[in-house]
Amino acid sequence: MTDAIVVEGARKRYGEKRALDGLDLVAARGTVHGVLGPNGAGKTTAVRIMATLLRADEGRVEIAGCDARRQAREVRRRIGLLGQHAAVDEELSGRQNLEMFGRLHHLGARRAGVRADELLARFGLADTGRKAVKQYSGGMRRRLDLAASLITEPEVLFLDEPTTGLDPRGRAEVWESVRSLVGGGTTVLLTTQYLEEADQLADRVSLVDHGRVIAEGTTDDLKARLGGDRIDVVVRDGAELVRAARLLPGAVGGTDALGGTDGVGGTDGVTVDADRRLASAPVTDRMEALTRVVRALQEEGIEAEDIAVRRPTLDEVFLRLTAGRTEDQNRMKEAV
Amino acid sequence: MSATTTGATAPPADTVNGSRLVLALTDCWTMTRRELAHWGRQPVQVLVGLFFPVMMLLMFNYLIGGGKGITGDYAEFLVPGMFALTMVFGLDATMVAVTTDLNKGVVDRFRSMPMANGAVLVGRSVADMLQSFASLLVMMGVGLTIGWRWHGSLAAVAGAVGLLMLLRFAMLWLGIHLAMVAGRPELVTAVQILVWPVGFLSNAFTVPANMPDWLGAAVEWNPMSAAATAVRELFGNDPGVAGTSWAAEHAMLLAVLWPVALVAVFLPLAVRRFGGLSR
Ligand SMILES: Nc1ncnc2c1ncn2[C@@H]1O[C@H](COP(=O)(O)OP(=O)(O)OP(=O)(O)O)[C@@H](O)[C@H]1O
Ligand SMILES: [Mg+2]
Repeated sequence: MTDAIVVEGARKRYGEKRALDGLDLVAARGTVHGVLGPNGAGKTTAVRIMATLLRADEGRVEIAGCDARRQAREVRRRIGLLGQHAAVDEELSGRQNLEMFGRLHHLGARRAGVRADELLARFGLADTGRKAVKQYSGGMRRRLDLAASLITEPEVLFLDEPTTGLDPRGRAEVWESVRSLVGGGTTVLLTTQYLEEADQLADRVSLVDHGRVIAEGTTDDLKARLGGDRIDVVVRDGAELVRAARLLPGAVGGTDALGGTDGVGGTDGVTVDADRRLASAPVTDRMEALTRVVRALQEEGIEAEDIAVRRPTLDEVFLRLTAGRTEDQNRMKEAV
Repeated sequence: MSATTTGATAPPADTVNGSRLVLALTDCWTMTRRELAHWGRQPVQVLVGLFFPVMMLLMFNYLIGGGKGITGDYAEFLVPGMFALTMVFGLDATMVAVTTDLNKGVVDRFRSMPMANGAVLVGRSVADMLQSFASLLVMMGVGLTIGWRWHGSLAAVAGAVGLLMLLRFAMLWLGIHLAMVAGRPELVTAVQILVWPVGFLSNAFTVPANMPDWLGAAVEWNPMSAAATAVRELFGNDPGVAGTSWAAEHAMLLAVLWPVALVAVFLPLAVRRFGGLSR
């Protein structure tokens, strides 16, 4: 049994609302599995079911070889959970919290204290003293929450949007922690709304929408399917926008992209945004594309205000995956 | 293998040897410590909690004064009634504490940990019982200074205290259950308001003989009246006005049966509801 997480056909309804609608998910031991989806996709519901906080109406959920419904206690011994919202006692200090959680993991009083101090030091909270958690900054609270989910090194760690609300340094710290944990053999399931985060950390990614997985694979697979990086060109004069958009496909992708020059929003994945005077196209080689676009614009005498190569946003990924399903596209736009 | 990650001492879970029972008791103790730590951080709140009933006692004794039909010192009559009232009002404190707690994110963490299911509730119970016991001692002290005395044996006094704590224990589980049924703080306020008539439609302040017949009967069957009458008997504070109805004559029996019945109903309900929060 090498899969740390197995979810098959999980369903959860709230009245008429289907929060999970037959979700399938498998994560191999020692890997990081990303669950990527927009607001309301069902990410938190899925995590809560896997962490035994909720029961699925239907479906099989197995965590570290234990059934989440029938062996909840066994599952709880093997997991760590960083929920979407802070799950620490706000009235107590960071140390009091960690010591309490250590005792609840049955470390015994002395070792719980030692462990609390270690974790405080590791997460840069050693000098918080007796200060109550409600006086912590958001980032400090998040770090304490993460520390609390690592009291015992869990076999499976659930992280529900671990870096939402953190500054770049805090985000980098969380990423670093995740990487070193995986080095130690832990399986991590991480939900996120940031494609970049999944890209940085996850071995495999499930894209979730409407409580279902709509695409699954390694980040490379998905990027290949989704067109990978994009180049954005903002023109100075809005009247030049269409002209700029027309020359993008020829410029960006080397010879294989030359076929499609029919223009805007076609199969070559070029999009325009008239309000922002922005044309955007997928690229394969970042540097090459940048040089060629700059040169092409100069040759055509089009003045650019800004040119940048970037990752596709989650919206673009979803728009692409759900292309043709208009209701979804509308919903995505509302969600933005 | 994990030296680089969570430190060389990252311990495996559940390494303290012990049976399920020992582990469960450990969890209960940990959760009790949590409540005590909250007290340590909110000393003012704790003091306010202790002195609110004292204020009520003084107010009723000096401002509202004696009730008619009560022979002898009013304090002798009032003080034991106020003990019972304080226990019933503990319901309110329990409900507020449980609702605030259950709406906190930390409960999610407790529920995702390999701890005993009911430990959170046990922590609450121990803390509330300790608080009420302290409150009772303070009230007894204040009672003594305003002229209340006990006239029975120490065993009878202990029995009275035991009966009062039993009433509090019943209120505890009723409170935990009601708080979970209500769920949200707004609904709890509604339940709180209903505690007042129960508290005042009793024989804590005056004898049922002073009330219309139908009300007097209701008052005598009130669990709180039974406790007040029984406690007066044990303390030897007989105002000579005990009623003659069945309920009044069997107050001691009712003072035991009522709380036991309430606990028998609401403790299992509360525990079941707590376990089922996830569905
Ligand atoms: N307790 C609940 N009662 C009713 N509906 C709920 C409940 N919890 C979740 N839902 C609904 O289920 C759907 C999935 O919610 P969920 O919180 O799992 O989404 P999410 O992917 O975590 O979103 P976000 O990115 O905003 O955190 C949403 O439409 C939500 O409104
Ligand atoms: Mg969520």
